Amino acid sequence: MKEDTRKTPRVGLFVTCLVDLFRPTVGFAAVKLMEEAGCTVEVPMAQTCCGQPAYNSGDREDAAAIARQTIEAFEGFDYVVAPSGSCAGMLKKHYPTLLKGTAWESRADAFSGRVHELVSFLVDVLGVTAVPAAHRGSVTYHDSCSGLRELNVQKQPRKLLATVEGLDLKEMANPDVCCGFGGTFCVKYPDISNKIVEEKTASIAAAGAETLLAGDLGCLMNMAGKLHRQGSRIKVRHVAEVLAGMDDTPAIGGGGR
Amino acid sequence: MEVTSPQFKQKSRKALADEQLQRAMGKAKSGFIGKRKKAVEALPEFEALRSSARAIKDHTLAHLDLYLEAYERQVVASGGRVHWAETAEDARRAVLDICRSVGARTVTKGKSMITEEIALNDFLEKEGVRPVETDLGEYIIQLRGEHPSHIIGPALHLNKEQVEEDFRRVHTELPQARDLSQPESLLGEARQILRPQYFQADVGITGANFLIAETGTSIIVTNEGNGDLTQTLPRVHVVVASIEKVVPTLEDASQILRVLARSATGQDMSVYTTFSTGPRRPGDPDGPEEYHVVLLDNGRSSMLGTEFHEMLRCIRCGACMNHCPVYHAVGGHAYGWVYPGPMGAVLTPSLVGVERSGHLPNASTFCGRCESVCPMQIPLPRMMRHWREREFERGLNPATQRFGLGLWAFFARRPKLYRLATSLTIPALSGLGGRRGWFRSLPLAGGWTRHRDLPAPEARTFMQQWRDRDTRKQDGGAA
Ligand code: SF4
Repeated sequence: MKEDTRKTPRVGLFVTCLVDLFRPTVGFAAVKLMEEAGCTVEVPMAQTCCGQPAYNSGDREDAAAIARQTIEAFEGFDYVVAPSGSCAGMLKKHYPTLLKGTAWESRADAFSGRVHELVSFLVDVLGVTAVPAAHRGSVTYHDSCSGLRELNVQKQPRKLLATVEGLDLKEMANPDVCCGFGGTFCVKYPDISNKIVEEKTASIAAAGAETLLAGDLGCLMNMAGKLHRQGSRIKVRHVAEVLAGMDDTPAIGGGGR
Repeated sequence: MEVTSPQFKQKSRKALADEQLQRAMGKAKSGFIGKRKKAVEALPEFEALRSSARAIKDHTLAHLDLYLEAYERQVVASGGRVHWAETAEDARRAVLDICRSVGARTVTKGKSMITEEIALNDFLEKEGVRPVETDLGEYIIQLRGEHPSHIIGPALHLNKEQVEEDFRRVHTELPQARDLSQPESLLGEARQILRPQYFQADVGITGANFLIAETGTSIIVTNEGNGDLTQTLPRVHVVVASIEKVVPTLEDASQILRVLARSATGQDMSVYTTFSTGPRRPGDPDGPEEYHVVLLDNGRSSMLGTEFHEMLRCIRCGACMNHCPVYHAVGGHAYGWVYPGPMGAVLTPSLVGVERSGHLPNASTFCGRCESVCPMQIPLPRMMRHWREREFERGLNPATQRFGLGLWAFFARRPKLYRLATSLTIPALSGLGGRRGWFRSLPLAGGWTRHRDLPAPEARTFMQQWRDRDTRKQDGGAA
């Protein structure tokens, strides 16, 4: 990607529906990180959700319609970046599958090549090696499944976290094990989901960090919701907030502003 | 075996409340995962081996008819017989006919999931033939009247103390004061009980891990050696295997063997890898007088060429369930049929119909860990999604779910309307969440709030705030 270093990359931010609705802070953190790394960031208004709820419920028709709408909305950007491994994975890996054999096949393939998850975009594409942020305190990092297994997001967030001044990373046991969110899974099979997230919050607690970070808001809301129900004082944030130095905002569930 | 998969939810709730089960699963989980990891890390070419194992099966499946016919010719040439069974019923009949032809009263059995699939034990028993399981795990669950909860560890759901209790209850001829506190003492006792059975049995039944087209050989891998005794001591050896077990050559089987045990138990090789080719030949020191193979289809050939084709590469190593958070949470019995975990979530709908097993492909977070460890690189989550698609097409999911999804999709496909709706509801919801910032319960969100709190949204959506920022910029005001 070195050929892009001279011109300013134009990035379309795929906000993701959860960030849009529940935690805009993550979106602004993503914008800040990319602008600081020399991108111009725009937010196409014609986006809604990546379509996973339909796709993972077997509803291909709606999923494909949403895929076409998203591809259309992001036409013309150098990159399409999402602050979520799961949504980026949907855009990058599953849109081409969904639209294979249709008139949209080649557009979906070309689109896929431009899609990235936020933190891996910063590190692997823009070549960011350090962030100018500071965070007093200890954090532990959970690897969300899609980012990890579909997009190989694992080293990148740790690499940048290591450059945050004052931050102490305390790894939990099995950070790569699912938190039990699974999109609609957590409401369709609440008891099983609960068992899985209980195991997760136990390893989070055992890590002894003050703050839990991850790169996917769905997983974060799940873990934060469980920690809060358990009466834990561990704060929960999207990793982008800390990397962007925006940890002065209330943590997830920290009350309206 | 009766399909109880429709009761998956009730069964999983029961499993979650079962302390014994949870204790057993906790132990099993850490054991399997650590051992596989070590074995894989010790073999740098493991990834390459996975790809070649996969290629062997892909090739075989592309020419399955050819290899099965070649296999049959070789079995016949070595003095054995092949019985083609299209259905479970055909397979049960074939086994019974063989038993009847030699007047068998007792049969010994090596561990075999296929005989579970065709519910052979119940059938034989009803027909007056006594099946004796010789694998320790299978023996234990036979004593308990249960079914396997794991494809390679049938009694994985049990703790040692439960087994001790069963042995004391059933082996009443042995002294009460004996020490059964160690796994070895349990194995020793089972061996002691089983030894005479091998000699009483007229027929020995085993499964097969591989069938070799080139030689007509069947291969089983075991860790206890019971399979060897099962197939060599009785007069008749019956192999019950499904059609996708065939591979072209011995060389191919040994390639796949290199990933099998490592993925399953983390061993380089299982303790015993036993090859059987036909009955005893003149001059052989031992071996059965008759050698039969019952080849089961039971719906597999109809998977060929469909989205589920790749499932036929499965070598039944169990790695997918060993790494599955849902399997860890509820154990194997909740799945309600023979095959549990991710492989069961794909295979069960293929074999018994998705209308009876729809929960299985739905009860997955799509975390993808199963696919990442499957030695045959089977895209399990993708195939579970295909089952969800079939369900959706046929309108099998609950009406409330379809309604919710339809409503959501209506808005998601209309960005302007979506924007409008969310810019009204989110601030309201945020206001409701108030200063506490959390919901302990919320109408329509019971699935979420039963076990966890829901963080209230921030005051306004990202899009609302972004528009303001843009307007401010355009107005030349401070951004
Ligand atoms: S699906 Fe893969 S991991 Fe699961 S049992 Fe089959 S071969 Fe093993």
